[in-house]
Amino acid sequence: MKGVYAVFRKELSLYFVSPIAYVAVGAFLFLAGIFFQGILSEANEYAMRAAMQSMQFGQPFEIDIPGEVMRGFFGVTGTMLLFIVPMLTMGAYAEERRRGTMELLMTSPITDLEIVLGKYLGAVTLFLIMLLPTAIQMAIMFRASDPMPPWRLLLSGYIGVILLGGSLLALGQFFSSLTESQIVAGIWTFLAFLVLWVLDFIIRGTGSVIGAVAQYASILKHMNDFTRGVVDSSNLIYYASLIALGLFLTLRSIDSMRWRRA
Amino acid sequence: MIEVESLTKQYGAVRAVDEISFRVDKGEILGFLGPNGAGKTTTMRILTGFLPATGGTARVAGFDVFEKSLEVRKRIGYLPESPPIYPEMSVSGYLDAVARLKQVPADKRKSRVDAAMEMARVSDKREELIKRLSRGYKQRVGLAQALVHDPEVIILDEPTVGLDPKQIIEVRHLIKGLAGNHTIILSTHILPEVSMTCDRVVIINKGKIVANMPVNPTAQERGSEMVQVEIKPASGGAAAAKALLERVAGVKHVAIEAPDGAGRVKAKVECEPGRDLRNRIAADVVSQGHELYELHASRVSLEDIFLRVTTQEAPATTPADTPATGVEG
Repeated sequence: MKGVYAVFRKELSLYFVSPIAYVAVGAFLFLAGIFFQGILSEANEYAMRAAMQSMQFGQPFEIDIPGEVMRGFFGVTGTMLLFIVPMLTMGAYAEERRRGTMELLMTSPITDLEIVLGKYLGAVTLFLIMLLPTAIQMAIMFRASDPMPPWRLLLSGYIGVILLGGSLLALGQFFSSLTESQIVAGIWTFLAFLVLWVLDFIIRGTGSVIGAVAQYASILKHMNDFTRGVVDSSNLIYYASLIALGLFLTLRSIDSMRWRRA
Repeated sequence: MIEVESLTKQYGAVRAVDEISFRVDKGEILGFLGPNGAGKTTTMRILTGFLPATGGTARVAGFDVFEKSLEVRKRIGYLPESPPIYPEMSVSGYLDAVARLKQVPADKRKSRVDAAMEMARVSDKREELIKRLSRGYKQRVGLAQALVHDPEVIILDEPTVGLDPKQIIEVRHLIKGLAGNHTIILSTHILPEVSMTCDRVVIINKGKIVANMPVNPTAQERGSEMVQVEIKPASGGAAAAKALLERVAGVKHVAIEAPDGAGRVKAKVECEPGRDLRNRIAADVVSQGHELYELHASRVSLEDIFLRVTTQEAPATTPADTPATGVEG
């Protein structure tokens, strides 16, 4: 496992000097800020209207604003990840192959599995760092809310986002291992995510078997429960298998590099 | 230290390496000479555990490169054709990362990184970003990378390609300085490189080994000395010249050509090993009234063999029985 750490460290130190990582993280945080603000003011407006109505009709009203904001925010974050993650992963293997440093890794006394895990954990760590500042927005909202919204909702929401991100990172790194061009890798990753996303639309209004299959495969669908505060084991298994699949395919892909004509 | 036996690598229909066998002793520098595409890189990649072989075996320090790949990789420092560098890292940061990848223990890491920088003479640029370095410096950083875990075996793929003449000389000095403590294989398609840096040379062409011999063979290894003479016999023509040359003590065999228009005769004289008979031949020719036009020692050089094997279909040469000398320049 020392090999995993060596690769992990190398990955992180490269992220911190990589302009792409800064652009991706910056874009994510900028958009997250805008969306959060948008969702919050929309919820406010809705609450004002509801309050006015309740005064007119003399009925008490109840709206869970923090809950609505969190649901909206985690939902939009999931969608943003489809665009941001390809930027984070496209270079993972493609750049190493182009520079010839893949040969350095593959002739070091570490196993291919250690390379795959080290690189994956590096990407996950960067992703968590990227996610961290959104907690500030959440903290502000929690402070302003009376009564405090349930922690459970916040926690499950983040678990959902992290699992979704983790799955996308594993798949993205696999696509990166297929080519020497990070642009090509980025495009393939993005197209693949787009298909997973579009599945969401296909399933609407279909009751057939295809609809059911597409519903299960849709990557965002499985996050919905998390944003409602429900941690369902079927969703956990879905994301865990997606991560395992991505890592396994990457491992096979690296192995095939050894057999292909270089 | 390195034992390769009938190693074969097949890429689809192409046989990149075809049943090659050779060995390298501890402390030796082996030159791997051959034209581009001869199979040098493939052989090196098999030795470093990057590629699996299709057939045959290769052992490094007693470990099979396929069965015990990780053990072999611990003991090998490898510089691929283009140095495997991360341009955004600093020299010392990069070498520290490589030392971790190569499993250098934490307490030795700093001293190993310093030692590697010292050996490759990049210490003066230790905090510089690699992308800002010149081509020669990048190559030296690549070398430092191959040395950082103090490997027993160092494998260098075309270490001087793309460098300017001054840098080439520096890198060659560096490699020579590593010999003794390390066993080194370096590949090149430049002939003088081999004669300047290596102890032994393996010439490889189209995936097959066509020669395997010492770079500076002893008289014994070299076999017979050859002398070329051109004389104009006073009388008797070619036959007289042949008889004259054969009478010189130490001459084993004389091959003679027909006289040209001016009556001069060219002859190839094979002498006993280790004997230079040029002075005796000259004295006899002149003292007996013949005219001497040309006289020089001719040895089968590395260059002859290299050109022969790479310009025509390879003649099978058994190891070490090919006469050879160093070629200068």
